[in-house]
Amino acid sequence: MSLRIVVCVKYVPDATGDRRFADDNTTDRDSVDGLLSELDEYGVEQALKIAEASGDAEVTVLTVGPDDAKDALRKALSMGADKAVHVNDDDIHGTDVIGTSAILAKAIEKTGFDLVVCGMASTDGTMGVIPALLSERLGVPQVTLLSEVGVEGGTVKGRRDGDAATELLEASLPAVVSVTDQSGEARYPSFKGIMAAKKKPVESLDLDDLGIEADEVGLAGAWTAVDSATARPARTAGTIVKDEGEGGKQLAEFLASQKFI
Amino acid sequence: MPKSALDPRDPLGLDDLFDAEELAVRDTVRAWCADRVLPHIADWYERGELPEVRELARELGSIGALGMHLEGYGCAGASAVQYGLACLELEAADSGLRSLVSVQGSLAMYAIHRWGSEEQRQQWLPGMAAGETIGCFGLTEPDHGSDPASMRTRAKREGADWVLDGRKMWITNGSVAGVAVVWARTDDGIRGFVVPTDTPGFSAPEIKHKGSLRASVTSELVLEGVRLPAAAALPEVSGLKGPLSCLNQARYGIVWGALGAARSCLEAAREYSIGREQFGRPIAGFQLTQAKLADMSLELNKGLLLALHLGRRMDAGTLRPEQVSYGKLNNVREAIGIARTARTILGANGISYDYPVMRHANNLESVLTYEGTVEMHQLVIGQALTGQAAFR
Ligand SMILES: Cc1cc2nc3c(=O)[nH]c(=O)nc-3n(C[C@H](O)[C@H](O)[C@H](O)COP(=O)(O)OP(=O)(O)OC[C@H]3O[C@@H](n4cnc5c(N)ncnc54)[C@H](O)[C@@H]3O)c2cc1C
Ligand SMILES: Cc1cc2nc3c(=O)[nH]c(=O)nc-3n(C[C@H](O)[C@H](O)[C@H](O)COP(=O)(O)OP(=O)(O)OC[C@H]3O[C@@H](n4cnc5c(N)ncnc54)[C@H](O)[C@@H]3O)c2cc1C
Repeated sequence: MSLRIVVCVKYVPDATGDRRFADDNTTDRDSVDGLLSELDEYGVEQALKIAEASGDAEVTVLTVGPDDAKDALRKALSMGADKAVHVNDDDIHGTDVIGTSAILAKAIEKTGFDLVVCGMASTDGTMGVIPALLSERLGVPQVTLLSEVGVEGGTVKGRRDGDAATELLEASLPAVVSVTDQSGEARYPSFKGIMAAKKKPVESLDLDDLGIEADEVGLAGAWTAVDSATARPARTAGTIVKDEGEGGKQLAEFLASQKFI
Repeated sequence: MPKSALDPRDPLGLDDLFDAEELAVRDTVRAWCADRVLPHIADWYERGELPEVRELARELGSIGALGMHLEGYGCAGASAVQYGLACLELEAADSGLRSLVSVQGSLAMYAIHRWGSEEQRQQWLPGMAAGETIGCFGLTEPDHGSDPASMRTRAKREGADWVLDGRKMWITNGSVAGVAVVWARTDDGIRGFVVPTDTPGFSAPEIKHKGSLRASVTSELVLEGVRLPAAAALPEVSGLKGPLSCLNQARYGIVWGALGAARSCLEAAREYSIGREQFGRPIAGFQLTQAKLADMSLELNKGLLLALHLGRRMDAGTLRPEQVSYGKLNNVREAIGIARTARTILGANGISYDYPVMRHANNLESVLTYEGTVEMHQLVIGQALTGQAAFR
C-alpha cells in the first residue's frame, strides 16, 4: 500500500512587505501579500524526496488559512505534490496555536496518513510547537528539527544537528516529523509542474466537515489573548555604552528597558 | 479607491492582466535568476565568460525553460505569454542568459520541431529540453548578415550524403553546442542541416574582444568538408522561409526580453536617485530627474502592453511576422533608451559593473542588431504600410 504523506504548509504574510496588526490585534492578512512559508518549502521538498525514493507514495499538502491560502497550496502542487486540502472557515479567524493544531489534526486524520511533515516553524508565528502538538493529538511519535530525513520500510529515520551533539533518530510510522532549513534547498516549481498543478484536486473543508464546533477555535476559543500591540519604533542611531567601570550595569539596564531580560 | 498603494514597480497594475500560472512561471524564473545568476553576473560579464554554462543549461532544463513553448519531446508546452514572461525575467538578469535560452528554444529546437523529421525530433529534442545538449543556429556569415539569401555556405550532394563547406559568424552558443542547425545553399535553394558538432570538419572557435553580450558564448562556425548522411537535412522546408520562421519565434521572445533589461535599469536608477543626495537633497527630488524616470516608466509600461498584446495574438494563432517587427523595433529601441537614460542618473557609478546599468546598455547594442536590425524592421513595417519593398 502506498505511503501517505501529509505536509502541513502555512500561508504567511510576505516578510518583505509591511506587516501590521488589525483592529482586533490579529495579524492583518489583507494589507500585505501572502505566500507559502519559506520554511515549509523545505517540508514539501523533503516529502517529495521521500515520495520519489519510495516510488509508491502520495503527497497531500494541507493548509489551514483564508481564501488566499490556496496560493500556498498551488505552489506546493506546482513543486510536485499530488493533492491538496484547504481548511477554510470564517470562524477560524484568530485561532491560536492550540486551536490550529486541533484543526490540523482532524484534517490529517480525515485525509489518512503514514507520515506528517512540518516545517521547523512558521515565518510569522514562529512558535515551532505545532509538530509536537500534532504528535500528541494524533497519538504518534514525533521526530522534530531534522536536517536529514528518509523512510525505510515502516520507519522514519533522520538526523538532528544540535549545538552539542548530532543525534540519529528513528520512529516507527505513523509519525510526525519537522525539517529544518538545513535539510536541502527546495526545488523551483517547474513549468510542467505549474501547468500540471491546475488539474490536481484541491479539497475544501470547513469546521463542520471536521466536526469542530466554532467556539472551540477562533478568538473566543483561544487560550491566549493579545491585549495590545505596538509597532516597534523606527530604528534610531543606537545607544553607545562607554565602559567607565559601569559598562556591564548599563548594558543590563538597556536590555531590561527593552524587555530582553 | 483601491486599498493598496501604487507599486512603483508596477504602477499601472499590469500584473492584473496575467493569470496565476503565468505569474507562477515568472516567479520561478525570477527566483532562479536571483539565486543562480545575479550573484555572479557582474563577474562573469567582466571576465567575458559564462563559466558554468553546462550546469546553467541543465538547471534551465530542469525548470522547463528550454523549448518551453514547444509541445512534446520533453518540452513544457507553455503558452506564448508564459514564454515571454520567462524571457523578460532572464533578460532582467542578463541578455546573455536570455540569448542562451532563445537560441536553444526558439532557433535550434524550434527548427527541429517545426521542420525536422520524426527521427530528428526524437533524437535531439529531449536532450535539448533537458539542457544536456546545447544547440546553436548558424545563419549569419561574415559577409552576409541582413541579407542571408546571398549566403555562400554550400551543401553538395555526394551520393546519398551531403557535404557542407563554408563559414558562419556571430553564432550564439557555437563553441559549447553539441548540435548546430546550419543553413546552407543547395541546388534546390536554402536548406537546413542538423549537424552534430563532433562531425569531422566542423569547428567553432569562440569570438573574443566583445564589448557586449560578454556573458554569452559567441562563435564562428567553420565547415570544411563536413560530411553528413541524407537524414541530416531538415526534410520539411526549403528556402528562406525555414530560417525566417525560427527568427520570428526568437524575435517574439526579444519583444519581452528587452523590457526585462529596461526594467532592471529603471529600477536601479529609481533606487539610486532616492538614495543619492546632491545640493542637499535626493536627486530624485529634482524635476529633471523625475522627468527622466517618468518617461522611462511610461515607455517600459507601453512596451509591456505591446508585448502582451502580441503574446495574446500568438496564443490565439493570429500573430503576423510584421506585427512582431513592431514589437522588436519598438521595445528594443525603447529599452536601450531607458538603459542610457538610467546610466545618466547613476552618474559615474553608472559606468561601474557594481550596478547593472552599463552591462544592460552594452548588451542591448547586440539585441538592437541581431534578429533583424532596427533598419530591417523599419523596412518590414514600411513594406507592410506601403506595399513597396525598399530592401534593395
Ligand atoms: C485562518 C487563521 C487565522 C489566524 N489568525 C491569527 C491572527 O489574526 N493572529 C494570531 O495571532 N494568530 C492567528 N492565527 C494562529 C497562528 O497564526 C498560527 O496558525 C498558529 O498559532 C500556529 O503557530 P505558528 O505559526 O507559530 O506555527 P509553528 O508551530 O511555528 O509552525 C510549525 C509548522 O506547523 C505547520 N503549520 C503551522 N500553522 C499551520 C497552518 N495554519 N496550516 C498548515 N500548517 C501549519 C507548518 O508546517 C509549520 O512549519 C490564525 C490561524 C489561522 C489558520
Ligand atoms: C552577440 C551576437 C550574437 C549573434 N548570434 C547569432 C546567431 O546565433 N545566429 C546567427 O545566425 N546570427 C547571429 N548574430 C548575427 C546577427 O543576426 C547579425 O549581426 C545581423 O543580422 C546583422 O547582420 P550584420 O552584422 O552582417 O550587419 P549588416 O547586414 O552588414 O548591416 C550593417 C548595417 O547596415 C544596415 N543595412 C543593411 N542592409 C540595409 C538596407 N537594405 N537598408 C538599410 N540599411 C541596411 C543594417 O541595418 C546595419 O545597420 C549575432 C550577432 C551578435 C552581435
